[in-house]
Amino acid sequence: MVTAVTSFGRSGLSDWLVQRVSGVILLAYFLFMGYAVATGGDYASWKALFAQTWVKVFSLMALLSLAAHAWIGLWSVLTDYLTERLMGTTGNVLRITLQILIVLVLFVYVVWGVQILWGY
Amino acid sequence: MRLPITAWASITHRASGVFIFVGMAVFLWALDASLRSPESYASLQECLTSPLAKFVIWAVLAGVIYHSLAGVKHLIMDFGIGESMPGGVLGARLVIGLSAVLIVLAGVWIW
Repeated sequence: MVTAVTSFGRSGLSDWLVQRVSGVILLAYFLFMGYAVATGGDYASWKALFAQTWVKVFSLMALLSLAAHAWIGLWSVLTDYLTERLMGTTGNVLRITLQILIVLVLFVYVVWGVQILWGY
Repeated sequence: MRLPITAWASITHRASGVFIFVGMAVFLWALDASLRSPESYASLQECLTSPLAKFVIWAVLAGVIYHSLAGVKHLIMDFGIGESMPGGVLGARLVIGLSAVLIVLAGVWIW
């Protein structure tokens, strides 16, 4: 219960599904970005690509997927190694502290990404 | 550490996941610089000619490549394909072998 309270969807089944759907979205986005960078021209054409609504929406989708995917993935890692069973109370304190830090970083990524996509 | 190849594939999937969580800051920074202004686009191009910048981009890319292939292996196994001891070993070998090739190719592309 102690560890489930900090999971993404509060349910293992929900997290399992979100992890897979977000993973597929991220893979599609990385392939798209790889292609875009490989075939990219100058600043004007790069800027024009990201001016299109579908690219902004796709990028935001990938950004939100990244936040969910990293939350679930890092939760799985932390709840495996930094535990009360392995480290005593220190495990709980360390795990919760790191989780708060991770969520903060992911929040910054999302806000930063929105700023990049709609701010320039 | 003597571990079966399936364990190495699994640990590397975790380690690469932790690594690219941090590495995404580099990609976001590059995306920021590429879209901010023509001047920042030019200075990003300039910056990416340095060997250190190339190495950092390549390292994060390597993490993304391995993590992606290991993720696809998970999806395939979720469909019930290769859910056996020989299947797991073959899957781990394919992921490690294929990502090694793609990581080298990514390096060739960057340099």
